Amino acid sequence: MVSGKQDGVLTGAFYLDGDHACAEGAIAAGCNFVAGYPITPSTEIVERLAQRFPQAGGTFIQMEDEIASSIAIQGAVWGGAKAMTVSSGPGISLMMEHIGLAAMAEVPCVIVNVQRGGPSTGLPTLPAQADMMQARWGSHGDYEIIALCPNSPQECFDLVIRAFNLSEQYRLPVLFMMDEVVGHMTEKVVIPPRETLTIVPRRYTQLSPAEYLPFRAGPDLVPDIVKAGDGYRFHVTGLTHDERGYPVMNAGCQDGLVRRLVDKVRKNADKIQQFDADQLEGADVVVISYGITSRVTMRSVQEARARGVKVGHLRLIVVWPFPETLIRKLATQVRGLVVPEINLGQMVLEVERCAGGHCKVVPVPHAGGAVHDPALITEAIVEAAR
Amino acid sequence: MSTAPTPTKEQLSDYCHNLLRPGNTNCAGCGMSMGLQWLDEALGEDRPTLVIPACCGIVTAGAFPTSAYGVPTVAATFASAPAVATGVSVVYRLNNEDRPTVCWTGDGGTYDIGVATLSAAAERNEDMIYVCYDNEIYGNTGGQRSSATPEGVVTSTTEKGKAERKKDMMAIMAGHRIPYAATLSLAHREDFLRKVRRARSLRGFKFFLILSPCPTGWKSEAEDSVDLIRLAVRSGLFPVYEVFGGVRYRVNVQPDGTPVEEYMKRQRRYTKGKTDAAVLRRFIEDQWHYLNGMVRAFPAGPND
Repeated sequence: MVSGKQDGVLTGAFYLDGDHACAEGAIAAGCNFVAGYPITPSTEIVERLAQRFPQAGGTFIQMEDEIASSIAIQGAVWGGAKAMTVSSGPGISLMMEHIGLAAMAEVPCVIVNVQRGGPSTGLPTLPAQADMMQARWGSHGDYEIIALCPNSPQECFDLVIRAFNLSEQYRLPVLFMMDEVVGHMTEKVVIPPRETLTIVPRRYTQLSPAEYLPFRAGPDLVPDIVKAGDGYRFHVTGLTHDERGYPVMNAGCQDGLVRRLVDKVRKNADKIQQFDADQLEGADVVVISYGITSRVTMRSVQEARARGVKVGHLRLIVVWPFPETLIRKLATQVRGLVVPEINLGQMVLEVERCAGGHCKVVPVPHAGGAVHDPALITEAIVEAAR
Repeated sequence: MSTAPTPTKEQLSDYCHNLLRPGNTNCAGCGMSMGLQWLDEALGEDRPTLVIPACCGIVTAGAFPTSAYGVPTVAATFASAPAVATGVSVVYRLNNEDRPTVCWTGDGGTYDIGVATLSAAAERNEDMIYVCYDNEIYGNTGGQRSSATPEGVVTSTTEKGKAERKKDMMAIMAGHRIPYAATLSLAHREDFLRKVRRARSLRGFKFFLILSPCPTGWKSEAEDSVDLIRLAVRSGLFPVYEVFGGVRYRVNVQPDGTPVEEYMKRQRRYTKGKTDAAVLRRFIEDQWHYLNGMVRAFPAGPND
């Protein structure tokens, strides 16, 4: 066990819970500004950062609420920081307007959601995976985000670094979708030497102020960035804006901007997606899971295989953008897709959409407050194989 | 198997009538529990409707079978108690029901996340009693700083002691020119009861601030809670006063010069970070400079 009093970026093997591992991952990713507000079960992340930032180099501010937290980080980005906010349940709901602003103004930032049971206050100390659709659709208007789902403290470290990298590469808010169990479970976390980590730097423009247009994108559909006060023309707004960043409110400009915001994710989806595939080839049934439910599913898959079922396991690591092409292909190869999740049916809707009636889609819903009994998933697998 | 005797019907009726029922899950020495009991006593047969945002007060309402409120209770979202209470009190008025609506909130919900709805309800002069039990910490999430946390206090997000001073919420509320604002001391029961009864007799927005000891967060002994408040009053750290109409001031209890160290040394939230008592002495001096100035310039009148 390590206390939060180490200097700089940690390296070595530690015994950490997911919340603390996430905090260490953010430091390793170069995050140097975090704004947050206490809320269970995410508070340990900001408590750790409040202790660690003074040694590691960074600022944590406890804000007056989540509305302020989710916009302070955007101010910090325009000042030149890598920034993150952390919350759960009601706090994430309060952040929704600012997630939309980050998408619209193309602000690279990470929003950690340690999911708990809802709606409303729900189950503050118990798990759920019921914010998956909120992550994708929670703010108004058309936009795309990226969302990742770690299933262990190790992944809370590893994947929050990828979350920062994706946010920098595509200039958008990345939602890091933990849950109460992953946040509070304690396991071995190996932190490699810092020089071996891949850290994507901010894509500052190489152009001169005379040449630069803040929202003119290159072939990857992502514009390069400047920070406020660097001598470049700088105007950031949530209004529909042209390549100069100035509001132009007509259908033509809206079409160009919003399509690009959406396409920069959709057209780069293959590069963004990440999943674990376990024996998909020749499978009669494939279980599609993510987050803590994937750990439970491993047991169910073992049991089903012991009962003679040819079952594969697809674990989604990047959940948004959804791996549509892969699911479409799988649906033509298997008898059934089984989707356990700690909600009453969210990602299974995407699976059904992509399966397009080519195979059975079997949801294994759970209302939250605990993880699944593995036997429930096993039975669904056996049933789907019939 | 419970060995407790079955309560008589009469006892059961008393039990249900308490605003704060026995058997609740609050910590020993909790100032909020005392405050709720005194609120109950002050209102007497006048049963309030409680509106409570996220805070220890809503944990008190908590899970069955330890749910502890014997009056109608609406759990608001964190930022919104005065807005919810606005709806409740306006409809009571529409229906000609003369019932007190009481917002019962912590310092996080008052000083930080809830300050917008608080300010707006005060500006509209909604008919409610708003009580902030200020334990100077986010107790419900395990002890983070709030803007009510005094300078120098060690919390889980201010490891080296908080760098900023405590916000003057009484001045902010007086600035809304509400009919009545007062601080309530848990060491001065008669003053407490009088002020709550006074508030009940007035229409419009009434604001109370209670310095509420939290042995868990203050790292103090439960049996010290009332003594700590007495020391806070005597040292001048917690002034006991009332403001009428937002502009007429009266101090109810004068400090007696007790050193603030007496207060600090019984709480590890101060001793852990070796907080310099001079920090609090300067705070007290500035606070009384302002307060005495207001009392001299704008004294309460004989009808206040």
